[in-house]
Amino acid sequence: MDFGLSEEHHMVQRMVRDFAAKEAAPTIQKQDRLGEMAPHVIPRMAELGILGISIPVKYGGQGMDYVSLGLACEELEAVDTSLRVVISVHNGLSCLTLLQWGTEEQKNKFLVPLAKGEKIGCGAFTESGAGSDFAHIQATGKIDGSFYILNGEKMWISLASVADYGVVTVRTNPKASQAYQGLSTFLVDLNSSGISRGDLHGKLGVRAGSTGWIAFQDVRVPVENMIGREGEGFKVTMSSFDSGRYTVAAGATGLIRAALNASGAYADQRKVSGEKISDLQLIQAKIARMSLDYQAARLLYLKAGWMKNKGERNTKETSAAKWYATEASFKAASEAVQIHGAYGFSDEFPVERYLRNSKGAMIYEGSNEIQSLIQADYALERRQDKKLRKECPPYDQDSWT
Amino acid sequence: MKIIVCVKQVPDTAATMAVENGNISWGDAPLIINPWDEFAVEAALNLVADQGGEVTALCLGKEEETEAIKHALAMGVDAAVLVSDPALKGSDNVAASKVLAAAITKIGEVDLVLFGQQSVDTDTGLLPVQVARLLKWPSLTLVSKFEEVTPAENSLQVVRSMEEGNQIIKSLMPAVVSVTKDYGEPRYPSFMGIRKASKAEYPVWNLADLGIDLPSSSISWPEVNEPVEQEIVTEIIDGDTAEEKAKILVEKLIAEKVL
Repeated sequence: MDFGLSEEHHMVQRMVRDFAAKEAAPTIQKQDRLGEMAPHVIPRMAELGILGISIPVKYGGQGMDYVSLGLACEELEAVDTSLRVVISVHNGLSCLTLLQWGTEEQKNKFLVPLAKGEKIGCGAFTESGAGSDFAHIQATGKIDGSFYILNGEKMWISLASVADYGVVTVRTNPKASQAYQGLSTFLVDLNSSGISRGDLHGKLGVRAGSTGWIAFQDVRVPVENMIGREGEGFKVTMSSFDSGRYTVAAGATGLIRAALNASGAYADQRKVSGEKISDLQLIQAKIARMSLDYQAARLLYLKAGWMKNKGERNTKETSAAKWYATEASFKAASEAVQIHGAYGFSDEFPVERYLRNSKGAMIYEGSNEIQSLIQADYALERRQDKKLRKECPPYDQDSWT
Repeated sequence: MKIIVCVKQVPDTAATMAVENGNISWGDAPLIINPWDEFAVEAALNLVADQGGEVTALCLGKEEETEAIKHALAMGVDAAVLVSDPALKGSDNVAASKVLAAAITKIGEVDLVLFGQQSVDTDTGLLPVQVARLLKWPSLTLVSKFEEVTPAENSLQVVRSMEEGNQIIKSLMPAVVSVTKDYGEPRYPSFMGIRKASKAEYPVWNLADLGIDLPSSSISWPEVNEPVEQEIVTEIIDGDTAEEKAKILVEKLIAEKVL
């Protein structure tokens, strides 16, 4: 058993860390206050290949493995959640969904520009009335000759106002015997006629990122844009979550690390009655917990990444990693605020941003209540992974590079 | 053009340095390429992009410490050479310069040798000058811009950035140049470069390969101490106007003999 990262992994980690530190960290407090991402960030991530990091070179990507994707997410969220969210929705929900389920034509037409960062992708699944009960989404797609006509509204969509393409799941067969069997997924050009979209404001966290809504009114989507087959939308979407949740887990691990580092640095310089607070056992207990959670969360997501590399189904492991890391990141950020005392309550220090940012990940990409149900189902042997018609491809260095 | 960039491995700048048993320790923090050297690599890559040629990264260090070389390869240099010999442990920069000069001579037919302006660990900035003296080549330090490089005429014109202002210098090549951060931001390693670097093989030369004896060191570090922690007192100056506050501040600075 080898727990070590490769030299490549270390170099990827360092490269993304340097990018985030130099090009995002200096302005993140300002961008968070402004409620928008710095305009150069996504283009630079595209230019540097971060947007297509774990996509084979032949599809426009960088040919790195899934562990590299996780490491990149950890580094990005150690600076700000909004940076990692870009990867989650662009790489996780859209690129990897196309890689897994797309036809060769779809990969060449849509995945290549996405992986190169020439186009930005998002995943449009959630609706105002359907999140955790995804099988009951209301948006529809009706066949009309060689097109599907999409109607409905998607809500809480990251990069809604930024993306060029959306991976969108709608109900195409209202008469299906089971609700989840009536869904289909499409790659939709978000600049199509009939689409309106915008950002949501007044969010608790991830303020430097775009979160919004996309409305579809008689939007004509070519039949050949269907990802997977008619009625496979639920499986396609759940596969997207296996990818997206992995990035969320890795990112939340980065947030724990950021909270830990900020807390350690502050506790080492803050004195009470002439004594550094890092010498106080009550503070040490908080920091120790953060350190423990960081180590555990990292092991969980790296194991999921390792399984992805091998092409093994990882729904259980990815769900566990997402559940654990996001809960732990919320606790770590909260304790970091506590350690900072009154300063933690101000955005003069980053920990209040960490706390606000950490909450969202406990809700999106499957709330943590859903993750606990998934784990219970596996533990009680009420759930078994059935082989999918198309599995997420394993990492193969020879064919990916 | 044939360019050599000398790169050094140093503790991560984010590492917490401490003195343990008379030795400097950076805990388990990783080693990284000297950040100043990244500017030199960037300059070398841009020069060969304009003029053609190849860039070789040259590193003096332990055989197992490959971060600096790998980073330079991932940034895009064509080849690398590591000089490593256990006998060199504890060498000063006089000895290091002799070893580097011998390696540069062994590589041969070099037009330019680039260094970062200094290393973040020892901070002397002397190595480029010492290597230039040994090679009997011009030494151009603190260069922020390569204005003209004409390999056919073995000449170059550079801008040196100094506190007093910029100095434009023409020189013959081969030459040794130290590059400042004013040159411009170094590129990040590309993912393709990272893959290439992780698989790259490069020669490791010891003193025998260079055909030299162990150079003697002139400098030793008999004792290393941590800086004395300074007591910092913060005082907020009160006053009705900015002028009044400035006047009080100046008086205090004079009283403290700062001014």
